[in-house]
Amino acid sequence: MCHYELRCRECGRTWGNQPRSICDECFSPLEVAYDYDALKTQLSRERISRRPPNMWRYSELLPLPQNFTPGLPVGFTPLFQAPHLAQQFGGTAAAGNLYIKNDAVCLPTLSFKDRVVAVALSQAREFGFDTVSCSSTGNLANAVAAHAAREGLKAWIFIPSDLEPAKILGTNVFGARVVRIAGNYDQVNRLCSQIADEHRWGFVNVNLRPYYAEGSKTVGFEIAEQLGWRLPDNIVCPMAGGSLITKIKKAFDELVKLGLVEPKEVKFFGAQATGCSPISTAVKTGSSEIEPQKPSTIARSLAIGNPADGHYAIRTIKGSGGWSEDVSDPEVIDSIRLLAGAEGILTETAGGVTVGTAGKLYRQDRILPEETTVLCITGNGLKTTDVLAGVYETERAIAPKLTEFEAYLQRTLDPSEAPAVVAEAVGA
Amino acid sequence: MPITVQIPTALRRHTEGVASITCAAANLNELFSVLDEKFPELKPHLRDDKGQVRRFLNIYVNEEDIRFLGGPSYAFQEGDEVLLVPSIAGGLI
Repeated sequence: MCHYELRCRECGRTWGNQPRSICDECFSPLEVAYDYDALKTQLSRERISRRPPNMWRYSELLPLPQNFTPGLPVGFTPLFQAPHLAQQFGGTAAAGNLYIKNDAVCLPTLSFKDRVVAVALSQAREFGFDTVSCSSTGNLANAVAAHAAREGLKAWIFIPSDLEPAKILGTNVFGARVVRIAGNYDQVNRLCSQIADEHRWGFVNVNLRPYYAEGSKTVGFEIAEQLGWRLPDNIVCPMAGGSLITKIKKAFDELVKLGLVEPKEVKFFGAQATGCSPISTAVKTGSSEIEPQKPSTIARSLAIGNPADGHYAIRTIKGSGGWSEDVSDPEVIDSIRLLAGAEGILTETAGGVTVGTAGKLYRQDRILPEETTVLCITGNGLKTTDVLAGVYETERAIAPKLTEFEAYLQRTLDPSEAPAVVAEAVGA
Repeated sequence: MPITVQIPTALRRHTEGVASITCAAANLNELFSVLDEKFPELKPHLRDDKGQVRRFLNIYVNEEDIRFLGGPSYAFQEGDEVLLVPSIAGGLI
């Protein structure tokens, strides 16, 4: 007997388990519902803690087929304090209270999408698909291609043609068929809905979407466990389609329901780029509905102008007492550099959006220094280095001679920056 | 002024399997009236109790979201292709 099934988020009708993402009755999205009473007796902190450090340690709270054997050790990425960033955002009082959840190092493709794809593909096999597919702004493309290669499935990936070269290459290399579409993500996505109607493929973010989305919950489970089985005061999360923020909330609610953490009112804060901010605009104007936008931002992984889960993201944010903000492209670049310089983490543009938004929220006193706050960094900066092109000067090469180097130092170094011994040499 | 309307698979059980129709609606309201008349079972799936287009249904005209064209006030042009697409697909973050 399976302990989960699909249920309509609006009318509550149940649909068993099948590759389907909408309710035929009311056209609303489906999500996975669990038998929590049964799970209560099976799960404990101790039991989970003894398991290997990857997202499969929460298997009971994921919609996995019976007898499923996990392949790759996905997830359980580091959660650590960001004291220097905290100092900049909230002064000394914030030190020790600001954390980074770093999915820039999630295996195997360095973004949190590995989590959702791992769950979706477990079901793709179960439903008898031999081909998996997705529409993607890049990270999902990488993840589907890599996991499909590992699972021996064929992969068809649909992307907007202007995607970052590293993300296209990082899809090609796994042997996936990459179809570039002359249009933005929303157009690619609409096309994929139509293709999913015609071809019997497992589209991870169309007909497998309810299963796929559950993988995001593992970010929330891990944050709670890594904080010592407690919930933070605040979560700051980037938003594209709006699903991740709602699934972290679902994860926290489940942990409370199962008695694994103490109940707590966590505030959820959503981050967007100003050039594509349908969710933050709705939150800031007090609307519960999404007005679609035409994306124009360097944060291409967040460039979804008509977010499928936007309505639920708004509800999660407002219901928690949180807020949503957005930042300009120059602020995204500055924030990527800020995180790198302060904490040694190179994140992609979406991470710049999150960090920039967090700074704004501290300045607005919506996040207070003494509160435990977690920033969700969801992708790796090595995939979007193109946005940093031209930010740093390419230095002229110097001859491999000590005298050349000393002359170079005299020419370029501010004496106050120099280590003591070098400063002496400079002054000599 | 004929336009073509494509019906997604999810809704075809309310249209006796019909995948597309051609009609002469001048705007979205007229199009809904045509669909109501032709496929009475479809009506509650397109609009809610208040008569608003359902939140999770997207309507495209020649690949463009109708909300960018003025929504209900958009006047259909001859040969327009109208797509009804569930909004469920989408990026994840």
